[in-house]
Order: sequence, then C-alpha cells, then structure tokens
Amino acid sequence: MNTPPYARELGLCLCHTCGYACSLDAHKCPRCESVVHARKTNSLARTWALLLAGLIFYIPANLLPVMFTNMLGSGSENTIMSGVIEFWKGGSWDIALLIFIASIAVPCVKFAVLGTLLITCQRRSRWAMRERAKLYRFVELIGYWSMLDVLVVALVAALVQFRTLSSIEPRIGILFFGLVVVLTMLAAMSFDPRLIWDAEVNDVR
Amino acid sequence: MTRPADWIICEHCDSVYLRTLLAKGESAHCIRCSALLERGRRFNIEQLLALTVAAAILFVFANVFPVIHISLQGLSNEATLWQSVEALAQGRITMIALVAGIAIILAPLLQILLLGWVLGHAYAGQIAPGFKLCMRSLEHLRPWSMLEVCLLGILVSIVKLAGMLHVSPGMGLWAMAMLTVLILLIAGKDIRRLWDDLEVTSR
Ligand SMILES: [Zn+2]
Ligand SMILES: [Zn+2]
Repeated sequence: MNTPPYARELGLCLCHTCGYACSLDAHKCPRCESVVHARKTNSLARTWALLLAGLIFYIPANLLPVMFTNMLGSGSENTIMSGVIEFWKGGSWDIALLIFIASIAVPCVKFAVLGTLLITCQRRSRWAMRERAKLYRFVELIGYWSMLDVLVVALVAALVQFRTLSSIEPRIGILFFGLVVVLTMLAAMSFDPRLIWDAEVNDVR
Repeated sequence: MTRPADWIICEHCDSVYLRTLLAKGESAHCIRCSALLERGRRFNIEQLLALTVAAAILFVFANVFPVIHISLQGLSNEATLWQSVEALAQGRITMIALVAGIAIILAPLLQILLLGWVLGHAYAGQIAPGFKLCMRSLEHLRPWSMLEVCLLGILVSIVKLAGMLHVSPGMGLWAMAMLTVLILLIAGKDIRRLWDDLEVTSR
C-alpha cells in the first residue's frame, strides 16, 4: 500500500480550526483567519509544563477532603478514594467502579500516556508509531470524563441543604481535582500528535 | 488544477489526501495513522437548524426545571443546574464553580446560540455576519462542553443519595438527556462543512 505524502513535502500546512490546506509560509489561515503553525508552538515544552503542574496538584487532590457530609448530626469528611470505598462497602460496586475509573484511573492513564508520548517524541523514536497515535486519540477522548466527581459534588452539595439536620459541603480537595482535570486537558491539547510521525522524516526539527 | 479545498490533511499525522465525496454513513480514515478524516453528511442544513432549535428549547427546560428532587423526614429540596454550580462557589474554591459553570451551562449555551446564528443564515443562503468568529468560537468551545459528563454525574448523584434519603429525578433530567444527544449530533466537527457549503472565499 502506498503511503500518502506529508503536508510539509507538498508545501502545505493544516489549519486546525477549519481544516483548510494553507500554504506552508502562511501565518494566518486565508479562510478562517486563525493563526496557523506547521506544528503547535513549543508543543513538547508546554505539554511537559502542564502535565507536571497537573501531577503536582494531583497530590493534594487525593489527600485533601473533597466533601463534608453531615447526616443527622454525625459529620465526616470524604476524600476521593474514601468515597469510592464507601460505595464499595455499601454494595454499589458498579458506582464505585465508575467513580474509580473516572477519578483515579483516567487521570493516571493520562499522566502515563502523555509522559510516554513526550519521552518517545523527544527521542524521535520510531517505535509503535501507529499505536502511539491511537493512544493519543484515546487520551483525548477520555480526558474530560474525570470532571464527573466535580459535578457529583456540586449536585449533591446543592441538594442536601437541611440546615442543622443534614448538609453536604464541598471542600478544598475538589478545587485541586478540578484543576488537575483542566491542566491535563490543556496538556493533551498542546501536544502535537504529528510529532510522533516526524521521526520518519529526517531533516525536520 | 486542484484547489486547496480539494485537499484533506490528517490532523493527527499530516498526511495529505484528495477529498472524495462520501455518502451518508460512510467515513474516511487515514491510511497512516487510522484517524478519522471525514464522515459522510448525516443531515442537511434545514435538519441541522431544526435540531438546533429543538436543542435551544430543551436547554431552557434543562435549566429552568430541577434535575433532582430529594426528601428527608418531611423536608424536601430540589436542585437546578445553576444551583449546583452555585453550591461550588464557596470561599476559596469559587474558581471550580467557574469551570463547572462553563462545562455544563455556558459552553452548551454558546454552542446553541452560535449554531443557531450561522445555520439560520446558511438556511437562507447567506453567510452570517461574524461567520468566521462564530466558527472559530465553536471549535474552541467543543472540548469544554461536558453535558454527557453532567448527565452521568446526575445519575451517580441519584444513586449516591438514594442510600440516605428519598430521591427522584426531576423534569430537568429528561430535558438534559435529550439535549445531550442533540448536542452530540449538531456540535461535532461536521459543522466545518459550512465553510465549503457557503463557499467562504479566501481573501
Ligand atoms: Zn482556517
Ligand atoms: Zn493520519
């Protein structure tokens, strides 16, 4: 099977906003007027920075309580993990699994995958390019589902407001957790998957 | 001679292809990285506009009516989407309320308004004033609109609270569920076709 040419070889450059094939020396897309780059600017450095910031915030996000529950006089604080365990013990293993995937597995997979992609791209590795490209699309697809826990805390806190009888309040951990989601989403957006394939072409940097 | 609009470039690996016309239900994938290149059109402009109007109505319902009702020892309470966002706006964590507000209210609202604007004009065969800005905004909004996550969040909340008190879904939840499906249908990358349909000319 013939492999298609790269845009760069034809003097073309994709506009990410409207999909137009601009000429390589254009600074602005002639059709939608957004700024075009052959590759996202400083992709590797920006992705590293955002990813590391996300990783740092991930620590307080897991250690600090995300929610304070006062049920008929007895108050308790929940972290993300203790919330999962509570569901598990309460018999709803399906919800426990769902929250575990959204809040713990998805961020961890993102850190691992983006980290691997960054390192392999820096080394201009030709290892498993097709699979790495798929991995990137997977991370892009699942990333925002981590927002689940933030929205659950918001809904539950808005609902359970019976003064002294019962109430649920959000706690600082949820702020860190939300920031982790936003930072990792930004990291995935600033990574340029075309860098994976640049390893095939020798003279570009 | 091939015009730039005849080229299609894979955004994941930079491969260049010549565009072929796809029928409804067909899709083109990149040979090199197997990413989706383009999909056949599912709706015409008239249908897209109708779906957008429906989405606008559902959006109002989803936001006006509460999504969950609860009751405990004779007391009852309910929450709308806006109240949920507000519940996060406390002291030091206010910033997260902003993120949640964008994800479940502001981004979908803007998507519906912008789509209504460009599609309404496109239906009349015109290029809407500010078309380029609207189309660029739609691209930037897409990743931050998280209605499907919110929907799952509502379901998880219902299960979570069901152990402690009496919970029932509100009117807003049903509107929300239908709105989520509509947004998935109308606000995807397929809207880029308007650039070609309206033959927006380059300078
Ligand atoms: Zn463009
Ligand atoms: Zn490709």
